[in-house]
Parts: sequence; C-alpha cells; structure tokens
Amino acid sequence: MIQTSFRNWALDETPASRSQANWGRRYRIWLSLKSNPLAMIGLGIILLFALLSLFAPLIAPYDPSLQNLGNRLARPSAGHWFGTDELGRDILSRILFGGRVTLGMVVSVVAVVAPIGLAVGCVAGYMGGVVDSALMRITDVFLAFPRLILALAFVAALKPGVESAILAIALTAWPPYARLARAETMTIRNTDYVAAYRLTGASRWRIMLRHIAPLCVPSLIVRTTLDMSSIIITAASLGFLGMGAQAPSPEWGAMIATAKRFIFEQWWVATIPGIAIFMVSLAFNFLGDGLRDVLDPKQN
Amino acid sequence: MNARIKNLSSLLGSVFLTLLGLTVITFMIGRVMPVDPVIAAVGDNAPEAVIARARIEMGLDQPVVIQFLHYLAQIVQGDLGKSILTRNPVATDIARYFPATLELATAALILAAVIGIPLGVWAAVRQGSYVDQTIRVICLAGHSVPVFVLAMISLLVFYAVLGIAPGPGRQDIIFQDMVPHITGILTIDSLIAGDWDAFHDALVHMIQPVCILAYFSMAYITRMTRAFMLDALKGEFIITARAKGLSAVAVVWKHAFPTVAVQLVTVLALTYAGLLEGAVVTETVFSWPGLGQYLTISLMNADMNPVVGATLLIGLIYVVLNLLADTLYKLLDPRVR
Repeated sequence: MIQTSFRNWALDETPASRSQANWGRRYRIWLSLKSNPLAMIGLGIILLFALLSLFAPLIAPYDPSLQNLGNRLARPSAGHWFGTDELGRDILSRILFGGRVTLGMVVSVVAVVAPIGLAVGCVAGYMGGVVDSALMRITDVFLAFPRLILALAFVAALKPGVESAILAIALTAWPPYARLARAETMTIRNTDYVAAYRLTGASRWRIMLRHIAPLCVPSLIVRTTLDMSSIIITAASLGFLGMGAQAPSPEWGAMIATAKRFIFEQWWVATIPGIAIFMVSLAFNFLGDGLRDVLDPKQN
Repeated sequence: MNARIKNLSSLLGSVFLTLLGLTVITFMIGRVMPVDPVIAAVGDNAPEAVIARARIEMGLDQPVVIQFLHYLAQIVQGDLGKSILTRNPVATDIARYFPATLELATAALILAAVIGIPLGVWAAVRQGSYVDQTIRVICLAGHSVPVFVLAMISLLVFYAVLGIAPGPGRQDIIFQDMVPHITGILTIDSLIAGDWDAFHDALVHMIQPVCILAYFSMAYITRMTRAFMLDALKGEFIITARAKGLSAVAVVWKHAFPTVAVQLVTVLALTYAGLLEGAVVTETVFSWPGLGQYLTISLMNADMNPVVGATLLIGLIYVVLNLLADTLYKLLDPRVR
C-alpha cells in the first residue's frame, strides 16, 4: 500500500514541492537501475559483504586471531567451512573480519579523495586563468605515475601499515576526480542560470558551493563506484607486497601474501581471500557500469 | 606556422613542468623516509664523528633547496645514487633489470591488442546481444581480479597440478647465462646467438605472465574499442556504405574501423604505461627478474635509492608515452589539426 502510494507520489508528472521532484528523480534512477540485472547483482553482493563485515563479531564462528597449532592448514570441513591457515586460525572468520579492514580502507580513501577532487576541480574550473593552470599542473604530476607505483613509494617512505596505505592511495587517487569536476564545472560555468546568480550578487564561493558543486556530484558518484574496485585492488596489492596492513591483521591481500608460500600444497588458504577480493571488486564494477548507464547517458 | 610553434612550445613547457614535478615528488619521497640515509650508509654503530662527516659528504647538511638542486643535477647526469643492497649504482641495476620488464610488457601489449581490438569491434557490432554481454562480463572480470591472484592460480593450475607450464623464473637453470647478453631481451638475444633451445625455453617461460598481463590490459582495450566503434557505426557514412550494398565485413573493417584506429593508438600507449604497473606485481609472483622485482625487493629492505630511481623511471616513461599518444593523435587525425 505504502509502496504504491510512494510510487504514485514520486512519479507525479507535476510535483508540488521541491522534495517531491527530487524524490521523483531518485525513484526514476532507481527504477532504471533496477532493470539492469548486472547492476542489481553487484549491489546485492556489496550489501551482503557490507552487512557481513559490519556484523562480523556476531557472525564469525571463531575469534579471527585464535590460534590452534594442532589444527594447522586443515582442509575445508563442517567445523571450518574455509579451512584453517598456517597458525590454525579459522579462514572464514578471518575473511569476515578482513572485510572490515578492506571496506574501512575503501571508505576512508573515498571520504578523503572525493571532497578534495571536487574542491580542486570546481575551483580550477570556475576561476580559470592562473589558478586553473597551476592546479592542473599539480594534477598532471600526480597523474604521471601509475597509481600502485606511487603508492608503494609513499608507503615505503612513511611506514608500512593501514594508515599509510590509506594516505598513499588517497594521494594517488584524487587527480582523476579533480579533472572530472573541472570538466563539469567548465560546462556549467557558462550557463544562463549561473549568470543569473551572478547578477543577483551571489559571491563566487556561494555559486561554486551551492550551485556548481552539487551538479558535479552524479558523475563523481559514478566515477567513485567504478574506482572502488581499483582502490580495493590497490589496497590488496599493497598488502600483498607487504606494504599495507601488516601480518596479524586479516587483510585479504596480506593473507594471500603469507599463504603464497604453501599455495601448491594448501591452495585454499590463498585462493579464498583472492575470491573475496575478486567478488567485491567485480560487484563494484557491475554497479558502477550500471550507474554510468543510468546517470550518464552521454557515455552510451 | 606561428600557431604551431606556439602550440609546440606550450606543450614542451607543460612537459617540462610535469617532469620537474616528478622530480620534486621523488625527492620528497626520498627525504621523508624514517630511516636516516646517513645511518643507512655508515651503519648503526658508527662513531659520532664518522656520522657527521658522512652527513657533510652526502650533502645532507645543506638547505633543502640546495639539496634538491644537487639531486636534479645528478639525475640529469644519469646518476640515481647507489643501492645499499646490491652495492651497484642504481642506473646500472636498472639497465640490467629493465629489459626483462620491457620484454614482458611488450609481448603482453601485442597479445592484448590482437585479441582485444577484434573483441571490442565484435561487441560493438552486436550491441546488446549475448555476445556483447558476455564480452562485457569478461572485461569487467579482468578489471576486478588482482593480477597476483590470477598469477598464483595460474601457477597452481598449469604448473603444479597439470604440469604443462614451466615454473616461476625467466629461464631454466641449464640455460642460465648461456646466451651472450646483448639487448637483455632473452628472446632476441637467443635468436641473435642462434640458440633455438634457449629461445624456446625463454618463450615458454613467458607464456603465463604474458597471458595474465594481456588479459588485464585487454579488458581496457576491448571496452574502449567498443565505445569508439559504437560512435563510428552511428556515422552517416556508414549508412551510405551499407546503402550501396557493401558487405557487413567491409562496412565494419574498411569504413568504420579506420576512423577509430587513431584513437586506439592513444589507448594502446596508455595501456602500455599501465602494463608497467601490472608488471611489478606479476614479477613478484613469477620471480621474474625485472624492474618490478628490483623495486619490491628494495622496498622490503627500505633501500630508498632504487625505489626512488625506479619510480622516477616509470613516471618518466608514463609522461613520454602520454606525450607520444597526444602527438600521434594530432599528427594522424585530420579532424584535430
């Protein structure tokens, strides 16, 4: 009942209020996203993983750091669904807790990167001139390194660990966001309604903050969703190379790094975290691809 | 003509600034490290006086700006400092390790292009069909799987279980140092030496890492090809070509494809740069003695000169490839002239 009335209200051709129009837009985006099976599969997997890692302490059958040297490297069984690792720790529990590390890293990176990229891009695009060239030169310099290489060098210089990894990935991840926000800003800057705001005496900061930045958000969301998988993979690669989360942490990349030694004998110890990374980043790619189709018809 | 010179000089100017920025970043990375380079060079137990003298000898008592200028002058002369681990100059080490990476990345790019471009064209021609969806999933999967996971699974399946592929490394022990070192690229060196067994051995060892790297970059090439082709197929000249009764193959390959070829050159250049990144991780799994392995081993040992040197080199290649892609695009595509 509530559902149908919300549907009718949201899809009303003549919305009575601003919020109704907004909800109508959101609902239409949701409807077209819903018709894309891959995107829905992606969303489902992401929600599942998010819930599993959020409630890991309740769900996990064992303490992820509980060692049982009598039961090392056990095959998957009823007691340990995914087997045990080289210290007899339950792999399923470690995967669940590792999800917290991975998702936490991804969220932190995005929380740092997206606002910085948006701010730099909007300022560069709106101000133009010297400010623009200066900011874009800096952006170019950071874009001139492959992401993983620069992150590796940064972490090595700081100190291997989760915090350094987040910082390093953030430092290497913001330039594309800035570029994107700048491009969007430059097209919005010359529209009539921005000219109208200027005429009414709005300051340039107000115009940027209230009228330009919000319009850059949809394309940034798509970009972020598509970027998630690359952030996850970079974080896992740093862990794998020993420069990210450190040994006792159940971070997936670090788990694979330790299990590399005995991959030929106990293959599941390394393969299962690998599958976890693959599933999550594939899910983000599915969702991002679907979102791009919905939010950014230009690209198709 | 005047406008051209102006364009060129502004392009060179921006490249110069980017390169300067690269050196600023690598200089800063080299400086913020927690390990004191002086202690790293003379050892923990060196007496105070020796440490102080080494600090002055290494120029670390100078102001930062002066230090940076010194660093810049050294780089221009090709001096990247010394590796603590190998005790060689970093430039010498890189010259030795880099050909292995180059061999891997080049072979992977060729394979990726040969498979990826036709796949992308196919997906565009059959847009929305099962073929398109399947190719889309294959590509998204390629974006989603970490290279090291794929590399390890491949070693597990093809080497350990099936036994049809050689193990990690670049050649079998019996071929070690058998071929004279000329280019450093084993397949070419063994051909020059006329040693077919060594050539076969080098080729077989390349198959796994090359296929994995190629899959990883193929995903990108295919997606871009599909997008470009979709655009091209909407052109009115395609309707004309169809209307005059050309076969579907001729329309796609003789009319639509040439218009996207130029854009693809840019994509390939960027892919090549991206391959260097993938190579770092792949090399550690396959024990491939390339730049990536050199970089990671130095990282583990907090040996910063090689780290900074290798990072700088990769950044430099990235910038040059980008510049090349840009220039080729302007040169080959009459629409942007």
